[in-house]
Amino acid sequence: MPVQNEQTPKGIFLSLDWMTIGFYLILVTWGWFSICGASYDFHNPDILSFSTNSGKQFVWICTSIVLGCMLIFIEKRVFDQSAFVLYTVMMLLLLVTIFIAPDTKGSRSWIPLGPVKLQPAEFAKFSVALALAKYMDQYGFSMLNTKQFVRVVGIIILPMLLIVMQKETGSALVYLAFFLVLYREGMTGSLLFTAFAAVVYFVVGVRFSSDFFPKMPVSIGEFSVLLLAQIFITGMTYMYGKDRLAPQIMLLGGLGVSLLAFLFSAFVIPFNMCWIMLGLCILQTCYIIGLAIYYQSKNYVLIALFAILSTGMYYVCDTVLDHLADHQRTRIEVLLGKKEDLRGAGYNVNQAKIAIGSGGLAGKGFLKGTQTKLKYVPEQDTDFIFCTVGEEEGFIGATGVLIMYLIFIWRLISLAERQPDTLGRVYGYSVCCIFIFHLFINVGMVLGLTPVIGIPLPFFSYGGSSLWGFTILLFIFLRMDAERNVKRQ
Amino acid sequence: MIGSIAFVIVVAYILRLAYLQLLSSDFKASADNNAFHNNIIYPSRGNIYDRNGELLVFNQPAYDLMVTMREIEDLDTLDFCKTLKMTRKQFDDRMALIKNTSKNPGYSSYTQQLFMNQISSVEYSVLQEKLFRFRGFSVRKRNIRQYAYPNLAHVLGDVAEVSPYDIEKDDYYMAGDYMGKQGVERSYEKDLRGEKGVEVLLRDARGRIQGHYQNGAFDRKPKPGKDLTLSIDIKLQALGERLMEGKLGAIVAIEPKTGEILCMVSSPTYDPRLLEGKERGKKMVEMGQDPLKPLLNRAVLGTYPPGSTFKTSQALTFMQEGVITYKTAYPCSRGFRFGRMKVGCHGHGSPLPLIPAIATSCNGYFCWGLYHMLNDRQKYHTIQDAMTTWKDYMVSMGFGYKLGVDLPSESRGLIPNAQFYDKAFKTWSPLSVISISIGQGEVLLTPLQIANLGATIANRGYYITPHVVKKVKGGALADSLLQKHKTKVAKEYYGYVVEGMRKAVLGGTCKGARNPWFDTCGKTGTAQNPHGQDHSAFMGFAPKDNPQIAICVYVENGKWGATYGVPIGALMMEQYINGKLSPASERKATAFQHRHISYASLIKKELKKMGKELPVVEKKDSAKTKDPKELKKLEEEAKKKAEAAKKAAEEAKKKAAEEAKKKAEEEAKKKAEAAKKAAEEKKRNAVQNAPTTTPVPVSNDSSVVVDSLNAVEPQSQKMRE
Repeated sequence: MPVQNEQTPKGIFLSLDWMTIGFYLILVTWGWFSICGASYDFHNPDILSFSTNSGKQFVWICTSIVLGCMLIFIEKRVFDQSAFVLYTVMMLLLLVTIFIAPDTKGSRSWIPLGPVKLQPAEFAKFSVALALAKYMDQYGFSMLNTKQFVRVVGIIILPMLLIVMQKETGSALVYLAFFLVLYREGMTGSLLFTAFAAVVYFVVGVRFSSDFFPKMPVSIGEFSVLLLAQIFITGMTYMYGKDRLAPQIMLLGGLGVSLLAFLFSAFVIPFNMCWIMLGLCILQTCYIIGLAIYYQSKNYVLIALFAILSTGMYYVCDTVLDHLADHQRTRIEVLLGKKEDLRGAGYNVNQAKIAIGSGGLAGKGFLKGTQTKLKYVPEQDTDFIFCTVGEEEGFIGATGVLIMYLIFIWRLISLAERQPDTLGRVYGYSVCCIFIFHLFINVGMVLGLTPVIGIPLPFFSYGGSSLWGFTILLFIFLRMDAERNVKRQ
Repeated sequence: MIGSIAFVIVVAYILRLAYLQLLSSDFKASADNNAFHNNIIYPSRGNIYDRNGELLVFNQPAYDLMVTMREIEDLDTLDFCKTLKMTRKQFDDRMALIKNTSKNPGYSSYTQQLFMNQISSVEYSVLQEKLFRFRGFSVRKRNIRQYAYPNLAHVLGDVAEVSPYDIEKDDYYMAGDYMGKQGVERSYEKDLRGEKGVEVLLRDARGRIQGHYQNGAFDRKPKPGKDLTLSIDIKLQALGERLMEGKLGAIVAIEPKTGEILCMVSSPTYDPRLLEGKERGKKMVEMGQDPLKPLLNRAVLGTYPPGSTFKTSQALTFMQEGVITYKTAYPCSRGFRFGRMKVGCHGHGSPLPLIPAIATSCNGYFCWGLYHMLNDRQKYHTIQDAMTTWKDYMVSMGFGYKLGVDLPSESRGLIPNAQFYDKAFKTWSPLSVISISIGQGEVLLTPLQIANLGATIANRGYYITPHVVKKVKGGALADSLLQKHKTKVAKEYYGYVVEGMRKAVLGGTCKGARNPWFDTCGKTGTAQNPHGQDHSAFMGFAPKDNPQIAICVYVENGKWGATYGVPIGALMMEQYINGKLSPASERKATAFQHRHISYASLIKKELKKMGKELPVVEKKDSAKTKDPKELKKLEEEAKKKAEAAKKAAEEAKKKAAEEAKKKAEEEAKKKAEAAKKAAEEKKRNAVQNAPTTTPVPVSNDSSVVVDSLNAVEPQSQKMRE
C-alpha cells in the first residue's frame, strides 16, 4: 500500500510545481490576447462578446482552468490503474468518430455536442501517453526486447491509423513525437537517424531532382542523395559495426571513385556518373552483407537494410510524391521552393510571411494589425495564430513567445527527469515532446520552414478541444509530479 | 538531448523571425498594398471670372463609371449594355482594352479601372437605379468644365486627362486625373486644381471596405481650387471675335497702367465648349487638321512684320541716340532713294519733320534715320556696334524676347542683331538692312508685342509685363507679372511720338479712328507680305492723356492698315472706353463682322503642305468651316457665306450692310412672328455668340439669310476654288 500520510490536499498544493502553472497561465493569457487581435471584427469591436471567437475562447479558458483544478485532485494511482481502460475507451471513441462525425471540410473528426464541437483526437493524446507510460513502467520492460518494442510501437501506431482514417493526417503526425520519448527510454538512435536520413534524402532529392550540373547530364538531386547515402552508410558502419577497417575502405573507395567520376564527367566527357555512384552504393551494400555473414552479426544486417533503403530512396521519392493527395504534394513542392503558387497553395504561407514581416521590430500594436484583422491570412485565429503575434507584437513579441515556450519545455523536461518512477518520467516526456512537436510544426509552417500541417499552437490557437486536451495532458502530469515524494510500495 | 532539440528549433525560428521582420522590407510594402485602399476625393476646380466679375468658366458634376474586374458577379450584360446604350461588341472591346496590360499598364483586377468617363447627370440617374445589380461597377464623381460664353477659347484653354508624361513629371497626378492643357487652365493649373483629398480605407482579403484606418487619422480633406479673375473684359472680347469673323489675325488690348490684357482675340477661333466632354479628342484632331489653324493663338504665337507701327519705336530710338531731333526733316520723293536702292513711299509733302512723318507714315524719313544711325562712325566704331545698340533699344521695348505673359506658350518674335547679319551676309551696310526701320525685312513681332509697344508709348516710357490674370483668389500673382520695365528712351521723346500718332488720327493715316468722345492716338501698319496681299495692322491707344487702353489689331491679308486695322481698333476702343457702341458704330461693327477675306490660296497651300489632295481638300474645307461654328445654325453659316459673296462683289461694303439692315428691319417687322419661331434656337445661340447684338439685328440676320441664300451658292464655290 502506498504511504498516504502526505496526501492531504494541503501537502499536494505545497508540492505542486507552481512555476509550471504560472507559465501555463501566462501562455494562455497571452494566447487569448492574440486571439482578440486575430478575431477582432470591425463591425463588432466587443472582444468579450460571446459571438466572437475571443469571447468564446474566454469561456474555454475559464473552463480549462476549472478542469485543471479538478484534475489536480485525482490521484496518480487512479491514472495508473485506469491507463489501459482509458486507452481502450479513447481508441473506441476514435473509431466511432469516423462513422458518426459529420463531414467538416473533408475531415470526419469533429463530434457536435450541443453548441460546441469536440475533436476526440485532441483528447486521445493523454490516454496514449498514459498507456505508453504504464506499459513501459512494467517490471522487466526493455526496449531491446523486440516483442515489447513492437507492442510499444503498436500503442503509438494504432491511434495514428485511426486518425488518418478520420482524414486528419496532421493530427496523426503529432503521435510521431512519442518516438522521441522512446529514444529517451533507450531506443536505439539508429532508428531516429534513419528517419532523419529519410527526410534529408527526400528534401534534397525532391528539391533538386530537376536541377542539373552545368554542362553535365547529371541531376543534382540524384547525385547528392547518392553521395549522402554513401556517407551515411559509412557512418552507420563506423558507429554500429565491429570491423574497424571496413568504414575506411568504404569511405576512401566510395568517395574516391565518386570524385574521379565527377572530374571525368566535368572535364573530359560529360556522362551521367550517377550510374557509377549507384553501383558504388550497391557495392557497399554487398560488402556489408558480406561482413554480416562473416561476423554473424545482426547489426550488419540492419546496416545493410539501411543501405538498401538509402540507395533506393531517391527513386522512391517521386513515387511517394505521386501517391500523396494533390493538396499535400503541392504544399510540399511550394515549401521546397519548386513551385510558386501565391494565389493557391502558396497563398497561406505567403500571406503569413507578409503579416509577420510587416510587424517589424515592435509590431503594430494590440488590435492594430491590418493583415490579420482584414482576413488576409486564413485560419488566422487557429493554425496561423502566430501571425497575429508577429504582426501586432513584432519581433520582440514573437521571440518572447518562443522563449517562453523554450523555458516552459525546459521546465517540463526537468520535472520529467525528477520523477521517481518510469510512469511519471515517460508520461512527462510524452507531454513535453508533444509540445515540442506542435511548436516545431506550427511555428515552422507559419514561418514557411515546415510543410503546412494543420495542427494548433498549444494555448494560443483558438479552439476548446485543443485547449482542453493540452490542459488535461499538463495537469495530469502536474499531479503526478506533486506526488513525487510519496513513496510507492 | 530532447532539450537541445527544442533549443535548436527555437533558435532557428528566432533567426527566421529576424530575417522576416528586421532585415527584409518587402513584406511591409506588400502588407500596405494588401490592406490600404486610398480613396481619392477630388476637389472642385477653381472658377474663372472676367475683370467685371462675369462668370466665364465653372464646374458641372459628371460621373465616371469604374469597374473592378475581380468583383464582377453574375453581370447581366444585356441589361448593362442597354442601360449604357452600348452594343455588346463595344462592351467586349472595352473590357478587353482595360485588361490589356500593354495599353493599360496600371491594370489590376483588384483595383478600380475606368470603364466609361463623363456620364452626364441624366445618364447617371438612369444608371444609378440599376447600379446595385451590376456588382463590380461603381461610379466616381468628378467635375467637368462648363463655359458661360462661346468666346475666349485661346486664353481659357481646356482641361483633359493627364498623359503618362504629365504623371511622370508631377507625381501629384495619377492616371485618370484631369489637368489644364492650354491657356490659363494650364498656366494656373496649380492654383485652379486645388488639392486632392484622400480617405485611407482598410480593405479585407475579399476587397470589402472595412472602415477608415485609425478612425480617419490619416484622411485628408480636399482643398478646393482657387478662383481666377481674368483681366479680360468679356464684352470687349466678344466684340473683337465678332469683328474678326472671317478674317485671320489677332486683336490684343492692354490696360497700359497695369499691363492687364483686356482682350486677346485670335481668329479663327472656336467655341471652348467643343473641347469639353467625351468628344474632345475627336475635335482636337479635326481642328488640328484645319488649314486655318483655329487652335493656334495668333495673339501670342503668330509672328508678323509689324510694318509701319514699328516706326514709332524707331523715332524714339533715333531721338534718344541723337540721330534726329523732332525738328530734323528728311526728304522723301515718293520714297527713300540711294543709288540703285529704293524704298517706295506714297505722295506727300517733302521734306518732313518727325511729327508729320509719323502722321503720314513716311518711309523715307525712317530709312534715312536708320541709315544715319548705322553710318555714324564717330559714335559707333563699327556697324556691328551700331546694330547692337539698336537691338538693345528694341529689346528694352519688349521685342525679340518673350514678354513673359502668363500663358503656357509665347513666341519671342525676331529682332535681328549684328551676329545675325554677319551670318547672313559676307559684308553688309546700312542699306542691306534698311527695311527693318519700317517694320519689314527680318523684324517679326507678335500682336501682343505690338500692343505692348502701344502701352509703352501710352505710358511714355515703360510697360508692365502683360498678363491675363488679374487676381488669384486666396493667392498672389507672380512678381514677374507686376514688374515695371523701363525702356531706354527718355520720357520727353515719347511726347513727340504721341503727338505724331495723334496727328495720324486727326489728319493722317488713321483718320478712321477719330471720334467725338475721346482723343485717340494711332499708327497704321501695312506690312508687305511676299506670300500675298499685304497685312493690315493698327496700333493705338486712347485717350491721349491718361490712357485706358492700348491696342493692336492685325488682320492677315487685310491690305491697307486703314482698311481693317483702323476701323476695328476704333470700334474696340469705343466699346471699352464708352462701355458700349453707339448705334452708328453698331452698324459699322455688323458690317465688319460680315466683311470676310478669302484665304483660298492659303488654304490650298496649307493643305498641300499637309500632303492632302485637292478633292479631299474640298471636303475637309467644308467640314472645317462647319467645325468651329458647329453650335451655330446652318442658316447663319449660309448667311455668312452670302455676306462674303456680297463683299467679293465690288459693292461698297458699308452701304451693302446698311441696306441689308434696313431691309431686314422692315422684313423683321412684317415677319417678326414667323422669323422668331423659325429661328428660335438660332436666336439663343446668336445671343450667346454675339452678346452685344440686340434682338432686332438677330431677326434681321435671319431675313438677310433668306434674301441672299440664292446668290450664295455659285459665289462660295468660286471662293473655295
